[in-house]
Amino acid sequence: MTGGGVTDRLPRLLNLVPYLLARPGIPITEAAADFGISERQLRRDLELLWMCGLPGYGPGDLVDLSFAGDTVTVTEDAGMRRPLRLTTAEATALLVALRTLGEAPGIVDTAAVRRATAKIERAVGDAGLTTVAVDLTREEEATTAAVRTALEQRRALRIRYYTAGRDAVSQRVIDPMRLLLVEGRGYLEAWCRRAEGVRLFRLDRVEDVERLDEPAAPPPDAEPTDVSAGLFRPRAEHRTAVLEVAPEARWIAEYYPVDEVVELDGAANAPGTARVLLRYADPGWLVRLVLGLGGGARVLEPPEVAAAVAERARTALAGLDEAASPQVGSTT
Amino acid sequence: MRHRPARGSGFGIAARYPGRPRTLRCRPYDARVSSARAERLVNLVLCLLSTRQFLTAERIRATVPGYADATSDEAFFRMFERDKTELRELGVPLETGRRSAFDTVEGYRIARGDYELGDVDLDAEEAAAVALAGSLWDSPELSGAAHGALVKLRAAGVEVDETRGSVQPRVRAAEPAFAPLLAAVQAGQVVRFDHRRGGPTGDVVRRTVEPWGVVSWRGRWYLVGHDRDRADVRSFRLSRVIPPVTALGEPGAVTVPPGTDLMAYVRSTFESGPVTGTARLWVAEGQAHGLRRLGRVVGPREHGGHPGDELEIDLRSERTVARWLAGHGPDVVVLRPPELAKLVRDNWIGVLAAHTPPDGAAP
Repeated sequence: MTGGGVTDRLPRLLNLVPYLLARPGIPITEAAADFGISERQLRRDLELLWMCGLPGYGPGDLVDLSFAGDTVTVTEDAGMRRPLRLTTAEATALLVALRTLGEAPGIVDTAAVRRATAKIERAVGDAGLTTVAVDLTREEEATTAAVRTALEQRRALRIRYYTAGRDAVSQRVIDPMRLLLVEGRGYLEAWCRRAEGVRLFRLDRVEDVERLDEPAAPPPDAEPTDVSAGLFRPRAEHRTAVLEVAPEARWIAEYYPVDEVVELDGAANAPGTARVLLRYADPGWLVRLVLGLGGGARVLEPPEVAAAVAERARTALAGLDEAASPQVGSTT
Repeated sequence: MRHRPARGSGFGIAARYPGRPRTLRCRPYDARVSSARAERLVNLVLCLLSTRQFLTAERIRATVPGYADATSDEAFFRMFERDKTELRELGVPLETGRRSAFDTVEGYRIARGDYELGDVDLDAEEAAAVALAGSLWDSPELSGAAHGALVKLRAAGVEVDETRGSVQPRVRAAEPAFAPLLAAVQAGQVVRFDHRRGGPTGDVVRRTVEPWGVVSWRGRWYLVGHDRDRADVRSFRLSRVIPPVTALGEPGAVTVPPGTDLMAYVRSTFESGPVTGTARLWVAEGQAHGLRRLGRVVGPREHGGHPGDELEIDLRSERTVARWLAGHGPDVVVLRPPELAKLVRDNWIGVLAAHTPPDGAAP
């Protein structure tokens, strides 16, 4: 990382003297790491600060430093004893983050978060803080707290988990790895012994948690999930369906992972109809989705899913007709 | 080891403090220029912090080492204007005023109380919470600002350790419109952008908005503000805003009405309404687990000779519930209310029609 231009460097220069003042004799490498710069750049900054001061007022108006071994101490601060107050953008970014965490029961120690929030609010004042707001889904606090304790104690868990894709509940023994908050929701990342792989479990779908006596032992090669690009990652086992979607069902293209949306024009189609390439893992999930769209989406491919959708609708309607005339043949 | 470079731009300092030798170090030209400017700016801050009286530009020119380099009045004023802008952009509270009613020229100073960050005394747990908050954002704009805040807290003596623990919260803001909209919100500036109505292939409408704030709700970002075209409060999903976002008019022109609760606005717009009633369902044995999680099992019940359970669920939006129930096909039957049963039935009729070839032959 370079030292950057004046815009990057000046705030650092103004912060350095109070930072060093609070830490007499700090190793230069440690200070450089805290500012995210190289040791070389830090030494350049210190040289520059050493040249700063006002003429004529006396030694106290100059910045003076003393170096001993690989450590540095500020001996004269020239009146730069405190850092500059937080800008509106900085205060917003930090305080909104704190308030967000303060409303995530179980994920973190919310009491400490709230105390910290109050102290920082007092120090920086309320600067334009209504401009950003973040809401996190409230998970079952008891579940989340149990998961957090298991993580801290490094214990394995037995959970009952609802998988939305398969619309099924299953029992699994897992080795917890981390708690994640992604896209507003809490997830437990763990090694799933049944699937023999790293899985993300949505906390609001964990139905039951039992802490086991055995230690959490994810295999050493268990790779943490990279969530930097969002939660959905295309996988080899995903299949692609082609749907023709009417305007009223278009929301699915925004809600679910789609590869392509093609506008269908022409007399053959109602205006606003589109062809959508949708990724899915479980055919049962796709059948349920389309069955609920009331004809707003037609499965073009794969044909076996189209057939399954029609078959389910037909059976459901037949069941209703049967139930509507249960008396036939049974009253006598 | 002591580093003793020469004071490159001071006048007479080395003479006053003879302990500092005058050995000129050579840096590359660009580095020298930017270092000279950084040094001048630090000196300007020191100078304005040390005064209680407003100092005129002339006085500053004579006091701050670095302005001596200015070869003409014009060059000095150009330099000084740039420096003032730089400091203001950093958030340095530069005050202007006159020493007395008789003064003809404005002066400058920095009030120490406005400049300095107040005392922050955090215990280890609180500092850990702050470190965690500092790593919450996954967007360059917000994470950069949060990092800047942490650096200042460290400079205030707080030990903030960012090494990651077993909890990792991330709030992403990856939409390209996020940065310009956040900037406009913080500058209080009106924006104009194209907005795609109703999702990825909807029609595009140009909007002029007084931005009030950005909100992340259920993992999605929205802009809330006063829509000038529709003369009302509106929210815009950021993924539907098509860059470029153009800022119009002066910064500070937008005022957020007092008492505005952005989150409450977004929530009320998108959240399904209040519970309007309940529905009773039959659910086939061992099926529709998602429904069972949200409802209450009343007891076992047979339907058409098939074993299952009777379930009670809360009703909000009937259409959404109908869509959801219909997805389960023959595994779910609506017992009441009849309106919901009809919606589900119509849904299936629509699905069947869409999946039956036009010649009428069953697939």
